[in-house]
Amino acid sequence: MGLDRRVFMGGAAVAASSLAMPYGFAKGNGTPKVVVIGGGAGGATAARYLAKDSKGALDVTLIEPSRSYYTCFFSNLYLGGFKNLDDLVHSYGTLASGYGINVVHDWAIGVDRDKKYVTLAGGAQVPYDKLILSPGIDFVEGGVAGWDILAQNKMPHAYKAGSQTELLKAQVMAMPAGGVFAMVAPPNPFRCPPGPYERISMVAHLLKTHNPTAKILVADPKPKFSKMALFQEGWGTHYDGMIDWIGPDFGGDNVVVNPDEMTLSIDGEVTKVDVCNVIPAMKAGRIAEVAGVSDGRWAPVNAKDMSSKADKNIHVLGDAALQGDMPKSGFAANSQAKVCANAIRGELTGSKVFPAKFSNTCWSLIDDDDGVKVGASYKATDEKIAKVSGFISKIGEDAATRANNYKESEGWYAGITKDMFG
Amino acid sequence: MVSGLRLFLMTATGIWFGFLLLGQAAFAVELGDKEKGRKLFKLCKNCHQIGQGAKNRIGPHLNLLFGRKAASIDGFRYSKGIKRAAAGGLEWHADTLSAYLENPKNLVSGTRMNFAGMKDLDQRMDLIAYLRLFSDNPADIPEADPTISDAGHDLDPAILALKGDPDYGDYLSGECTACHQTSGQDDGVPSIVAWPEDDFVRAMHAYKKQVRQHPVMQMIAGRLSDDEIASLAAFFANIKE
Repeated sequence: MGLDRRVFMGGAAVAASSLAMPYGFAKGNGTPKVVVIGGGAGGATAARYLAKDSKGALDVTLIEPSRSYYTCFFSNLYLGGFKNLDDLVHSYGTLASGYGINVVHDWAIGVDRDKKYVTLAGGAQVPYDKLILSPGIDFVEGGVAGWDILAQNKMPHAYKAGSQTELLKAQVMAMPAGGVFAMVAPPNPFRCPPGPYERISMVAHLLKTHNPTAKILVADPKPKFSKMALFQEGWGTHYDGMIDWIGPDFGGDNVVVNPDEMTLSIDGEVTKVDVCNVIPAMKAGRIAEVAGVSDGRWAPVNAKDMSSKADKNIHVLGDAALQGDMPKSGFAANSQAKVCANAIRGELTGSKVFPAKFSNTCWSLIDDDDGVKVGASYKATDEKIAKVSGFISKIGEDAATRANNYKESEGWYAGITKDMFG
Repeated sequence: MVSGLRLFLMTATGIWFGFLLLGQAAFAVELGDKEKGRKLFKLCKNCHQIGQGAKNRIGPHLNLLFGRKAASIDGFRYSKGIKRAAAGGLEWHADTLSAYLENPKNLVSGTRMNFAGMKDLDQRMDLIAYLRLFSDNPADIPEADPTISDAGHDLDPAILALKGDPDYGDYLSGECTACHQTSGQDDGVPSIVAWPEDDFVRAMHAYKKQVRQHPVMQMIAGRLSDDEIASLAAFFANIKE
């Protein structure tokens, strides 16, 4: 109900402010076509900016299988009990009604780069002049011994938000008193570098209230992770003795899981666990491979406009792109989308193209009102997107600063989701 | 293209200081050419190892160097000088490495690193670009050091060309000799006498730019003008030990 009204209102507002050029009516057959595959932080932002700024001069199609989009960012806060699932869900209604974007809920299963069209699972062919791929991540097969995608019900990854996130939370809530929550952390590079560690914090927060004698075991193939000192400080302060992080020095890189027995073996030592969150190694969403723009793992792009190094009419955004120094994050994808949209619009309509500038900030919540952040600015060089400067929260900061970080992250969430979905 | 930017930075040193004091990188230049840097690393190889399996030798290994506190590898025997610099907060980043490579003793009094220095800025940036390959990747660890640096600027040659007045330096030196002995004796505070003028000036400007770490010296240098620094250099260079 509420959603319907919001969509209607949004549509009305845009229509009123753009009477001179009503979306969707001014397009003839000669209107250049941009097709966007993937409606997340990269794709939805790119589609919206292209439609908004071209004022009808571009025909924009967004292909996204899900009718409701659950943001992966902030999904840890749902696990911790700080957000409801409803807070994370967004509709594509405004992009269709308010911006004239042709939103198609289907899977893209093929790309013909010579004839320039996308094939949908439903059979349709969608022609393009420029194609944007923003498919997010898929998992590398065999990344964690004993685990495959069929085991995701017993050992959820919860690294694509939605039903998996809900499942993981239900499993945490059902843990026996004093039970063990285990995580198999992913190797680099992966979506959201601080994500697994914020998740550990949020699960610990939940357990502290519901199951205070429970333990958390993390097997990590990496000797070091983002905001490591900040997380470790916070774990000591808020969850002393609850979290056992095992890095590669102690076998964290030598892991076997058994979903039927619910066991985790670290360097041969087998532990019976109650919940096992397996976050496998990642690669670009499958369509990047299908389109032939992947190097087998990620899709290499040119920094100045996010165009694929394999095809100048295809651009790749966000987690799937191999671009240089930016972390794989929603903030980064959103930032890249605007650079890409500006460049594509310039090429197709002759509008002014501005130099590529990128930024990113990742906030993480450790406990009530204890938020930390890391951020940086980047620029395009011939070789890659290169980090220019940055900042990170300090150890031992005062409570007001940390509380303010969390508030700021809530403001960012409201801002970026509006920037994506209108 | 890159060297053009650097030239611009050199001629705009006055403005540049202003930005540095604000802690903002107003301009950025790319680190140099890693391939050229790989060749230049031959100069370091006798003492330092880098890459997979690198071990401490005469000098410490250089893996994960960027963002590391100076003198912080367990088990390596560091000089008193570099330990003192570390206690003052010296960390290895593109800017501090550039200053150190230009002339080690200008950044760290009493360092044991026996290296004449690399005067050419482009060469230093090439070498630093190569060294940067063996530290954390910002795509994985967003807080890792930048891969573009604002360190690529030399001290304005006009500042080095200033002729100091040793008498003025003598007058100003009262502030220095409260800690630094005119005899050159080091009882915990390093000697600053009989130092080539150029080096003295570079060291003081490194404090002023906060590339060289030491809170007291940053404060002192921060309020000295270019002329005053030149005068102090002229005075201390000619003291007999």
